[in-house]
Amino acid sequence: MKLDPKFSKLLIVINCSVPGAIMIYDAFRHQLGVNPVEFALRTTGLLALIFLLLTLCITPLRRLINSNFPSHFRRTLGLYAFWYALAHMMIYFIFDRSLDLNSTIEDIINRPFILLGSLSLLLLIPLAVTSTNGMIKRLGAKRWKMLHKLVYLCAILGVVHYYLLVKADKFQPTIFAIVLCVLLAYRLLPARKKPARLVTA
Amino acid sequence: MANSIRSREITPESVYLSRRNLIRAGVLAGSVLATGGLYRALTRGAPPRNDAPQLASVASNSESTGPSPYDTDETKTSFESITNYNNFYEFSTTKEAVADVSKNFVTKPWTIEITGLVNKPKTFGLEDILKLVQSEERVYRMRCVEGWSMVIPWFGFSLSRLIERVGPLGGAKYVAFTTLLDPKQMPGQNDNVLDWPYVEGLRIDEAMHPLTILAHGLYGKELLPQNGAPLRLVVPWKYGFKGIKSIVKIELTENQPPSSWNIYAPREYGFYSNVNPKVRHPRWSQATEQRIGEGRRETLMFNGYADEVGHLYAGMDLVENF
Repeated sequence: MKLDPKFSKLLIVINCSVPGAIMIYDAFRHQLGVNPVEFALRTTGLLALIFLLLTLCITPLRRLINSNFPSHFRRTLGLYAFWYALAHMMIYFIFDRSLDLNSTIEDIINRPFILLGSLSLLLLIPLAVTSTNGMIKRLGAKRWKMLHKLVYLCAILGVVHYYLLVKADKFQPTIFAIVLCVLLAYRLLPARKKPARLVTA
Repeated sequence: MANSIRSREITPESVYLSRRNLIRAGVLAGSVLATGGLYRALTRGAPPRNDAPQLASVASNSESTGPSPYDTDETKTSFESITNYNNFYEFSTTKEAVADVSKNFVTKPWTIEITGLVNKPKTFGLEDILKLVQSEERVYRMRCVEGWSMVIPWFGFSLSRLIERVGPLGGAKYVAFTTLLDPKQMPGQNDNVLDWPYVEGLRIDEAMHPLTILAHGLYGKELLPQNGAPLRLVVPWKYGFKGIKSIVKIELTENQPPSSWNIYAPREYGFYSNVNPKVRHPRWSQATEQRIGEGRRETLMFNGYADEVGHLYAGMDLVENF
């Protein structure tokens, strides 16, 4: 019942959209605080990073509870990371750069942290596009898995982007960096018990 | 054993499914409430305060009546925005949280030491200073280096009046300011985000310029802690961080004094830090700004005070002396 994968996926899909939905609702009610653009930019960025890190938690979780069940959520979490990252970039382009392509490109070239963030989003695009079952079949499990190793780079770029952009209080970005290091280090450990082979869906 | 359950006791499938859906709906609703609650808890700043004590003498004791010639007629930013969006790391590095963290900050009694290259160095009580000078409302633009700006109706007096009172000596070329150091009241001073106490400085001609004020009020009310109570500097043609808050010491010096942000990141924050859309900041393009409560707009040279202060920098390379 509750552990039914279909219901569990619905649970995850709905809940991942809650922060975005509340933000949109608040935006229409002009309740995003004193500097709404800054709030929306900061929050979508954090959400993108959080969901990216959550996708990296799936494998450790699988090994920890010795079950493949968490794999059902990885695609959803990853896609939400992509959507929040895309929203983050759109808010920046529309409200911070006022739809000025020239000044956006200038920003990307002149400010390393924006370059790294843009790169992270760019690399998430092929991952989002190839996330469907159809795509997995077309690429084949082996090539698909290789491509999706890009998520490690996306996460690293995202965390560095956050660290560099913060003016002085590096506490939160440092926490994200530590969590990321732990999640990446986990993958360097040999798997103790190999879980049943599963084509992640 | 299997026979002990009668077939009529088996739950009909329709009932079983509808019960299951009910449970699922409940779980879904519960999870959404939990996620929503978590999101709210993590993103909400403290609720805004709306009270502020009246200034002891709200009426300006300045001889001139009516608006100051230095006022801007642009739309003033709301009191709620000005008092709930503050960069004051001594209290918190979260702008929305400063108001709450600083609400018990003690501003009476308050003394300010005026020292250095002056004729009559003295430690004043704030009330004594306010009796010596003429305060009036000044509606100034304020531009933060981060790329946002406000229009703020300060209440204060020209710094020049105070300096004239103590008589600067000939060798005085700069004015140095220091904020209170009190980690018990200012919890942020226990962290090493910046070196404490916060310090700032101006060239003497910048300090003596009529635009430069020491503010002790906002919207006709006493300054609240989050805005730098009880006395803070306002230099409207420079980035906001030059407006040092909760001042305890003013010193006239011969050499250029240290500035906290300049110490932290010398490539990003220069001593002058004049608002200049043509000087790129490593972190933010300074060509435009977000006017709080409105939208994006072009940033003006010297924050729109070029006519008043441009002459102070005639012949200076403003990129080198950023």
